Amino acid sequence: MKLKQNKLTVSRWRYALVMTALLILPVALIWHIAGLQVLSDVDKGYEFLQGKVSKKMVRREVIPAYRGVITDRHGEPLAISSPVVQLVADPRLVDVNHPKFSELAEHLSVTSASLKKRVLRYAKRPYMVLKARNFLPPAVAEKILAWKIPGIYGEKTYKRFYPAAEVMSQIVGITDDKEKGQEGIESSYDSTLAGVPGRKKLLKDRRGNVIKDLGVERNAKPGEAIALSIDMRLQHKAYTELQDAVVRHQATSGSIVVLDVHTGEILAMASQPSYNPNDRKKLSSDALNKGARNRAVLDLFEPGSTVKPFTVLAAMENSKIFAESIIDTNPGYIQVDKKRIKDERNYGEIGLADLLKKSSNVGAIKLGLAVDPEDMHDLFSRVGFGQVVGTGVAGESPGTLPVHKKSMRLERANFAIGYSLNASALQIAQAYAVLASDGLKRPITLLKTDKILEGEQVVDAELVAIVRQMMTGVTRKGGTAEKAAIYTYDVAGKTGTAYKNVAGGYDDKRYVALFAGIVPADKPRLVTVVIINDPKVGGHTGGQVAGPVYANVTERALRVLMVAPKVVVSDRAVALSAKPSPIRFGGDI
Amino acid sequence: MMTQNDFVRQMRPGNSAFYDTRSQWNRFHCDIPMIVLLLILSTVGLLVLFSASGQNISLVKSQLVRFGIGFIAMIALAQIHPRFFERWAFLPYLGGILLLIMVPLFGIEKNGAQRWLSIGVQFQPSEIIKVSIPLLLASYLAKRSFPPSFKHVFFSLLFIAIPVGLVANQPDLGTAILIAIAGFSVLFLSGLPGRYLIFSSLSLAVVIPMGWLYVLHDYQKQRIITLFDPESDKLGAAWNIIQSTVAIGSGGFNGKGWGHGTQSQLNFLPESSTDFIIAVFAEEFGLFGVLLLVALYFALIARCLLISVRAQSMFGMLFAGSYTVLFFVYIFVNMGMVSGILPVVGVPLPFMSFGGTSVVTLMCGFGILMAISTEKNDMEKKRGG
Repeated sequence: MKLKQNKLTVSRWRYALVMTALLILPVALIWHIAGLQVLSDVDKGYEFLQGKVSKKMVRREVIPAYRGVITDRHGEPLAISSPVVQLVADPRLVDVNHPKFSELAEHLSVTSASLKKRVLRYAKRPYMVLKARNFLPPAVAEKILAWKIPGIYGEKTYKRFYPAAEVMSQIVGITDDKEKGQEGIESSYDSTLAGVPGRKKLLKDRRGNVIKDLGVERNAKPGEAIALSIDMRLQHKAYTELQDAVVRHQATSGSIVVLDVHTGEILAMASQPSYNPNDRKKLSSDALNKGARNRAVLDLFEPGSTVKPFTVLAAMENSKIFAESIIDTNPGYIQVDKKRIKDERNYGEIGLADLLKKSSNVGAIKLGLAVDPEDMHDLFSRVGFGQVVGTGVAGESPGTLPVHKKSMRLERANFAIGYSLNASALQIAQAYAVLASDGLKRPITLLKTDKILEGEQVVDAELVAIVRQMMTGVTRKGGTAEKAAIYTYDVAGKTGTAYKNVAGGYDDKRYVALFAGIVPADKPRLVTVVIINDPKVGGHTGGQVAGPVYANVTERALRVLMVAPKVVVSDRAVALSAKPSPIRFGGDI
Repeated sequence: MMTQNDFVRQMRPGNSAFYDTRSQWNRFHCDIPMIVLLLILSTVGLLVLFSASGQNISLVKSQLVRFGIGFIAMIALAQIHPRFFERWAFLPYLGGILLLIMVPLFGIEKNGAQRWLSIGVQFQPSEIIKVSIPLLLASYLAKRSFPPSFKHVFFSLLFIAIPVGLVANQPDLGTAILIAIAGFSVLFLSGLPGRYLIFSSLSLAVVIPMGWLYVLHDYQKQRIITLFDPESDKLGAAWNIIQSTVAIGSGGFNGKGWGHGTQSQLNFLPESSTDFIIAVFAEEFGLFGVLLLVALYFALIARCLLISVRAQSMFGMLFAGSYTVLFFVYIFVNMGMVSGILPVVGVPLPFMSFGGTSVVTLMCGFGILMAISTEKNDMEKKRGG
């Protein structure tokens, strides 16, 4: 080994090695950076990376389309969308110790601790809704967003508001959180109301703040407004009167329909129970299901005596009787097979007007049994029984309209007085509208119509006019529905008091009370049908329970629609019955 | 003995012309090429910082103050004779060690690691150690025989191991490795025999797998794993690398222009004003800017290496040489990790990254370098006078 001595200098090769390292390493680094920046065809090179940049920061955002307004026939809003802001967060960025955090929780009406817990639970997710279904007015949201709590953003959306609340809830229906129609008009006309959402391009930073608006790709197409045929002035009255009756008689449910005879439009349609669609959170799902049911269309009942005008009509149409015919209802009951069907009392020999006025079961059954069951079915189906009305309400059922064999006398007898078939309030109203419009059957609509749709002549006009005239006695003194009378207007109506069909037969202590009426009787304008299901106190007959509702609602409707009143001078129905015809209709029972 | 050596060197004919060109500035011990380069780099650094911080002028101002302090410290240290540093080199080392010991006791925790001390201002003791390690070893080995004996190598390694262990424990593996590299470079330049080199490379081959199993923290392992497959963990550890490579890649050749880098301006890039600032630079100034910046750094490195080669004492040579290596490694490791070829270790980019301790200690190192570079003239002046 060489003698140790201080060389006093760093050896050249060591410097050379350092120099080499200092030259080679940067060249490698530069090569790598150049690969990232400018060299083409490098795996994950600049083409790839630049694409990534635009992909990441240029976001396509949906411009929510304004959902169309639902109004009544006079433009009064029934469902409107108002702009609101929903607070959302990127939990990864949220600072739960922000001084304004507790105030934020307050605005969401949750405790600061629970909100903190919620945010921390989703701490690894990029997105969360701070509180479900919590929508803030834009002004409040702006104030909160101005605090600039990291990770908290606002999403603009619309919230559906229903000004008419429970008065219209079953017809208008509701939308879900994403403004998609779920029930009622909101559901059946969803595509019309929804519109087409637009799209815009935005440049956003990592926190989601919009840096630059890159312009609209497609404008949102607002949904179309829908005007319903409903007249809110009548609807309000119908709803409150119905509610009043259901509460007063402790009924299970109830429904009412008011039709405009001239146009086939539904002017009012209400059901009980109802619910407030603006305040769904507080309701149990059971109450919601009950309240959301549009009973006027969906609930089917045996119409009972309200079909008697059609039984009479069928008999006249088939020339079994004539307007002047007298029917022997002695001895106040009729034995059909093994069953005895009674009248209230023995009416003796009565004309057809009295048959309807007193609602004689014996008389109606005699007529019903005289008519061929096929012909009976034919007439009933022509006026709309057993067929879907077609207003677009989801789940609408046609009801049942059986054809009985000629030998099934009990069934035929029941059919003549409104059992063994069933129908909704709206179907009954449609059938009465045929009586009201001299045999013309018009399509029934829930939408406001400018041009009246063509009707179809389904029954002879003269016969219908005669039967309608016979029906005016019902609300007169001695009729079954004196309480349904409307001062200065002639009402052509018919009560119905049906036994409630329960499992295993009929419950003779529970009833469905109905009233269907046409007014004015000579120049009909309105058809109103009231059904009160299972009234428990304060009477149970159609005249007692449904009649007053009918009178109150229809009277208001006549005034609102300015239908000319008429002083009752001639009493044609009485005159008809007072002049008995020599042709007797005994029946061969 | 020292003066004897100095005298011998002075007699070398080749050097005289070099010293003669120096004039007034030498009286103030200022190395003009170095000062010019440092000023340019600091100016570029401030401009990039302004953009990277999202046009935060107050941040730039506070960095400007740090540069000011650094420059003053540099000029002041340059006035001191290198022998002073050589003699007192153990002081900053001991002080640094003491501060490092205090970190776990009184330190401030940021991002899961305790690296900062606060005495009115916050600073990182590990940054001080980075400069004082080459200083101590240069001073220690310069006094010893060459090549260093086994005993001296052993003590040198011990001097390195203590701060490396303390810093790695913070945990700050990146800085620990840098400190180790700075120390080893002194050993290497001092003429460490080849067998030691072979032995140490062999032992590294053993230590690295052991270290992976027993020493490295999970997050450190994760960083190394993501280095090889950044897309494996998009929102976690790899986020930084993906974002920075995307930023660099989107710069192209010409860049997007000052203040127009989307990645950094839109907050996609984390740590954009500190460790990852080169990504902002690369996005805004493109490959052209990167080349220019690397050229600037390289000029500075070349200047430092020249100072080392021409140093009048063994201490000067060793310190200048190892400090050059340290400075280079800083730049290389930072750029390497940001561009995705090295693991993410918290190493700032000199003159660009926001951070006080790094700037001031770096400048102090350059001050000592200037003292070394003007040492000769001192002697001349004395003699002349």
